[in-house]
Amino acid sequence: MPALLCQSLSKTYRVPEREPGLWNAARSLFHRQTRDVEAVREVSFEVAPGEVVGFLGPNGAGKTTTLKMMSGLLNPSAGLVRVLDFEPFQRQRDFLRQITLVMGNRNQLVWDLPVADSFDRNRAIYRMGRDEYVQSLGELTELLELEQLLRKPVRNLSLGERMKCEIAVALLHRPQILFLDEPTLGLDVTMQRRIRTFVAEYNQRVGATVLLTSHYMADVEALCERVVVIHHGQLLFDGALADLVQRFSPLKTIVVDLEREGLDLSGYAEMVTINGSRATLLVPKADTAQVTGRLLADLPIVDLTVEEPPIAEVIEQVFNLDPETAA
Amino acid sequence: MNGSHGAIRGFADIYRTLFALELSGMLQYRAAVVIWLFGLVLQPVVYMVVWLTVAESKGGQVGDFDPGGIAAYFLVMMLVNHVTFTWHMFEMGWRVRSGFYNALLVQPLHPWHRDLLQNLAYKVITLVVLIPATLLLAWHFEPTLHPPLWAALVFLPALVLAFLTRFLFEWAAGLLAFWITDTSGLNNLYMAFMLTFAGRLAPLSLLPETLQTMAAWLPFQWMVAFPVELLMGRLSPDEAIHGIGMQLLWIVIGFGVMQLSWTRASKRYAAVGA
Repeated sequence: MPALLCQSLSKTYRVPEREPGLWNAARSLFHRQTRDVEAVREVSFEVAPGEVVGFLGPNGAGKTTTLKMMSGLLNPSAGLVRVLDFEPFQRQRDFLRQITLVMGNRNQLVWDLPVADSFDRNRAIYRMGRDEYVQSLGELTELLELEQLLRKPVRNLSLGERMKCEIAVALLHRPQILFLDEPTLGLDVTMQRRIRTFVAEYNQRVGATVLLTSHYMADVEALCERVVVIHHGQLLFDGALADLVQRFSPLKTIVVDLEREGLDLSGYAEMVTINGSRATLLVPKADTAQVTGRLLADLPIVDLTVEEPPIAEVIEQVFNLDPETAA
Repeated sequence: MNGSHGAIRGFADIYRTLFALELSGMLQYRAAVVIWLFGLVLQPVVYMVVWLTVAESKGGQVGDFDPGGIAAYFLVMMLVNHVTFTWHMFEMGWRVRSGFYNALLVQPLHPWHRDLLQNLAYKVITLVVLIPATLLLAWHFEPTLHPPLWAALVFLPALVLAFLTRFLFEWAAGLLAFWITDTSGLNNLYMAFMLTFAGRLAPLSLLPETLQTMAAWLPFQWMVAFPVELLMGRLSPDEAIHGIGMQLLWIVIGFGVMQLSWTRASKRYAAVGA
């Protein structure tokens, strides 16, 4: 049984619309116009228990709407969604006790009280036994270095400190399913790395299933072997991260270190960047072997490497695709 | 058996923990709590002074209320209104618009439990100020209050039922925020009904006949006026039993309306906010 299952999942929002101006404002009192916006269109995928999957897409692609349907916040317009075999929107207690949703507007912490009080509140709400609570809190405190923060009022925490506490409080009840929506947004590089390490450790330790959205490719590369990409509400790709690069990047990067500067490489590739004695060439995948052979035969080369383009670039390229072409 | 015991223990723990947290939260904003309270005390005192002036101009009596009766009515009203009032309908719109509900809806606890406990915490904290304020006002206005023992005893359960009735209806009314972006107009309309038909503006017996008939068909008088008149000794045992029955009936209706509205509201919820 998959931990997460979506079949032809769709969500349509009805949004009010009107032209600007006083006349139109008055007219809208009698003729209310609305428009249907399909935020998610027939998305299907499965996630196995214990898997960490990156859920990618540009802003407005439908990622958060899908996460909200999977966590029971939104009622799907059509299709099927199952999480641990529960129908999320029923919001049964046994379902809610096994999931967590960490989102951009993180507000699980009680603003005016010390952090420890928020943990105690969640202990009660999730009906944790005292031993289980002490153990879980101890682990989280150690992994995220929260010791110094527990007695501080939430309003006095920095953004990074608050984020660590938000994640910790959301995971206190040891959920089996983690929906993480931009968990490292706004954090500095060190804190991003710490959160990443923590999610990986939590996944190992608890065997939890993780569906993660992030605009930081470092998060995705560090945590997810598999990615699901949606664009304009439709599923665009579901597979290994490496395969995404294979499929969507028609180019490879050849980096050559030359013995001397000033050589002309324009005949080898259309896109050449030269920095001193180092040149970077972007060539079509199919031509890689032939171009490499010519370079080695023609030029005084000290070192040559063939690389895939950075993931971030590939993703950017995918996000910029026309939806019809992409599908 | 063990399962249900466990469930009750779990709920007792949730209530104990959340109540303590709400109390701690309120203590952070002592000044704001007292300022709110000032408004709650001031309003009935103003009405009382107005009616006392009316009574004076009419030779000391308005309807069947003498000055002592008027003072007693508005002082008891102040206490009953304080115990039963809720503010959650004014917060619902913000919660929906800001996405605040997202965090509440993914937790295994219906949001009304929190609101109930927050309300109770506020009442407990403010009673510390409200009781001395009431005693001070009583010393100044000299109310006449001699309820029979049975009425004083029935007053407490009637007060609890009045609070539940009001809480359920106002929570359900607040859910309109899921359909309407700005509910402040409707909330004010509700408050106008509450002032008139709950007996807050004037004792119901002083209202015109038509309004009294309307009040009989609405739930408001059972939220405030009924316990007030009970403690003033203005009701017979039969009227008290009828009143408790009406409160129970409105609680059942209110609970049904709240559950139904909640199911529909959450289906409609757009979960805004990233």
